[in-house]
Amino acid sequence: MMGSENDEDSHLSPPPIIVTPADSDPLSALPPPNGGTSYIEPPSYADVIFSPFDDNNNASDDSSDTLSRSPSSSSSSDYIKITVSSPQKEQETASSMLSGGSTYVTYLITTRTNLPEYKGSDFTVRRRFRDVVALGDRLAESYKGFCIPPRPDKSVVESQVMQRQEFVEQRRVALEKYLRRLASHPVIRSSDELKVFLQVEGKLNHLKVGTDVASRVLDGGVSVVEVAQPARSGRDLFRLFKELRQSVSNDWGGAKPAVVEEDKEFLERKEKMHDLEKEIINASQQAETLVKAQQDMGKTMGELGLAFIKLTKFENEEAVFNSQRARANDMKNLATAAVKASRFYRDLNSQTVKHLDTLHDYLGVMMAVQGAFADRSSALLTVQTLLSEVSSLEGRAEKLEAASSKVFGGDKSRIKKIEELKETIKVTEDAKNVAIRDYERIKENNRSEVERLDRERRADFLSMMKGFVVNQVGYAEKMANVWAKVAEESSQYNRESS
Amino acid sequence: MESSTEQARNVMQSPRSPSSQPYLSASVTDPVKLGNGVQAYISYRVITKTNLPEYQGPEKIVIRRYSDFVWLRDRLFEKYKGVFVPPLPEKSAVEKFRFSAEFIEMRRAALDIFVNRIASHPELQQSEDLRTFLQADEETMERFRFQETGIFNKKPADFMQMFRDVQSKVSDAVLGKEKPVEETTPEYEKLKHYIFELENHLAEAQKHAYRLVKRHRELGQSLLDFGKAVKLLGACEGEPTGKLFSDLGTKSELVSIKLQKEAQQVLMNFEEPLKDYVRYVQSIKATIAERATAFKQHCELAETTKLKEINLDKLMLTRSDKVGEAEIEYREMKAESEEATIRFERIVKRMNEEIVRFQEQKTEEMGVAFHQFAKGQARLANGIADAWRALLPKLEAASSA
Repeated sequence: MMGSENDEDSHLSPPPIIVTPADSDPLSALPPPNGGTSYIEPPSYADVIFSPFDDNNNASDDSSDTLSRSPSSSSSSDYIKITVSSPQKEQETASSMLSGGSTYVTYLITTRTNLPEYKGSDFTVRRRFRDVVALGDRLAESYKGFCIPPRPDKSVVESQVMQRQEFVEQRRVALEKYLRRLASHPVIRSSDELKVFLQVEGKLNHLKVGTDVASRVLDGGVSVVEVAQPARSGRDLFRLFKELRQSVSNDWGGAKPAVVEEDKEFLERKEKMHDLEKEIINASQQAETLVKAQQDMGKTMGELGLAFIKLTKFENEEAVFNSQRARANDMKNLATAAVKASRFYRDLNSQTVKHLDTLHDYLGVMMAVQGAFADRSSALLTVQTLLSEVSSLEGRAEKLEAASSKVFGGDKSRIKKIEELKETIKVTEDAKNVAIRDYERIKENNRSEVERLDRERRADFLSMMKGFVVNQVGYAEKMANVWAKVAEESSQYNRESS
Repeated sequence: MESSTEQARNVMQSPRSPSSQPYLSASVTDPVKLGNGVQAYISYRVITKTNLPEYQGPEKIVIRRYSDFVWLRDRLFEKYKGVFVPPLPEKSAVEKFRFSAEFIEMRRAALDIFVNRIASHPELQQSEDLRTFLQADEETMERFRFQETGIFNKKPADFMQMFRDVQSKVSDAVLGKEKPVEETTPEYEKLKHYIFELENHLAEAQKHAYRLVKRHRELGQSLLDFGKAVKLLGACEGEPTGKLFSDLGTKSELVSIKLQKEAQQVLMNFEEPLKDYVRYVQSIKATIAERATAFKQHCELAETTKLKEINLDKLMLTRSDKVGEAEIEYREMKAESEEATIRFERIVKRMNEEIVRFQEQKTEEMGVAFHQFAKGQARLANGIADAWRALLPKLEAASSA
């Protein structure tokens, strides 16, 4: 739209219009930014269409592709891609004793991979949420010391409150995110548990873990030996004592007095992780506020634009004087720019969300780290418990031997007791050794996981910062262009003495 | 009553023109807060520069407060019916208590514009009340202010009510009139419709402009908080992440400051002019109400005169001894009616001139406001782009490492 043609217009030549077609060199049209030389080579960021994670090559699909990078250790051609889709309602079979005829939802899990551990390259299965819970539990069992991504919430409250469709969709998204995170973990992606989950067709059975044997033992109702008998391996006994500690709360500061962690380095690292988690939470909250503020800005800018478009139309319809037509034209330029700026804010915001989402994702990662550290504390506690158990048992044995040796001809009952005790000591010793091995293994897992995590976090945060900044620059440039044009078109109104 | 037949002198605004050219300029400066608590008020210096003979000298400085400006406006509104008297900023009982520096400055600027518009208006600049306002000492001014009778204290809202009364057909029916006493010329109808609709559109635009100011502030605040959070996060991290976060946080804080600054600019240079526009339209509505009242008077008096004439003729035919009395009454009524007609026609003439002036003035003022807004937004966006861009070299370097 050219300048106004009213009688007050003293400019006889039209103001120059800056045109920046998308494929031309925008730097020739833009005034140079402060300081002369622009950092960026043409094309400027103003003309780029932004996609998240410009550095990563995996961002080919539209749904949020969080942290799905190939592990740096393996060749870059390895991939595993999981999609969760097509929720459908199914009924419990009538023969099941647990629930007669109730319905549940299954999701289609589609996997595409070229990993050799898997039996093919494409497979699909149907799974229900219960299967995912079980998968999570099994992984937690088998991969102690690893930073296992936290599984999606059961969301009992939401399932009651939300609309069915919305809830199912929310769950689908959460499941997909979870499985993709598992698939991006260099060790877990090849785990049996995940392989079974992704490949084995038909329904999965979950043997329920038995009632808490541990508490029965503690109550003295069942002797350790009795319970240990059916499964003789030290590992089972080890699990028994682990169950003894089920009720130990795994929080940061909650190291029970019984665990004497002397590894200073570990304590320091734990402290650092705690601080990091706190700051990630804070940053993630501020990021949300920022996103909301950007969104509001865009919305209000758009509303302003629309209000002026209405005014323009009104003035044009009712115009009696040329001054009105001139004003209508001025308003139109402003309104058009405001609407464009509003769209830019909206687009900027959706990019900002994608990038700053990294902070939200890391909340999950920190939880996984918590879990890994808790596994270690738990294992150490078991070792220490077993150590003291052995020592107290040996103490009892000594006392019995001392007492028995005082009896002439031997104390048949005591001797029997001593034999049983010695048997128990041996079993406990074995369990202790297993526990120590496990503890060492978990310590090593912790260490390698933390190292991997630090590396990945550095890369992820860097990518996040870069993406965030690139978008801020690009959209600010676009907006500057739009407003500069309006300022140019209205330059006749420049009253500043310069 | 001021006569409109007096030649409007071409009075200049700039005192720098040759001394033979008449000029009158005024400015409102140096706001000072006086008094305490509920009694607190702001006083302003009003500096007048002129070479007009009616004034006391080339320069005069007086101290005025908001209610003095209100007095002036009320007097002008009463005496110059048909003129679109420039509007005043709202009294704002709430903000007064806070008296922030920004509020005081905005008020001063609005009052300065008010006085200048009057001084540059061909009719209003000749007003005796304006001279009083610009020259009288404070005691005299205070006395004048307290002298206000009821009618001068009418608010625009009261005039609107009078306007509505005129519009109301019910009241006319009660008075025994068959047709509503309203002007029905198409141009005037169009003008009334235009003014009423315009107010709605402008109010909406102003509302969004105000919200936009708030959004600037909110975005600025969120970036400030984000910057702080990101710095704390950086403190937990090793290199190069830690330093990058720290730089990111610093830039975020910088951008926040730019946004806060722009918020104030948008408020002063964009939202305030829109508000002023709305006030102007409301002032026009009050003038429309005045015109309606004058029209009604003119019609009623014309009717009454007609009746008196008919009555007089009747009496003359019957050679009644009441003829003399009736004749005097008739002449008096006719004179009044003619005066009412003159008053009405003066309002119409003034309004016709005023509407042209108004449209041109508003196109100029809004043009300036839009231009400044666009420049401000462009400056802000460029500033933001520059600030963030400075981070890119380091981020690039860290990425490729």
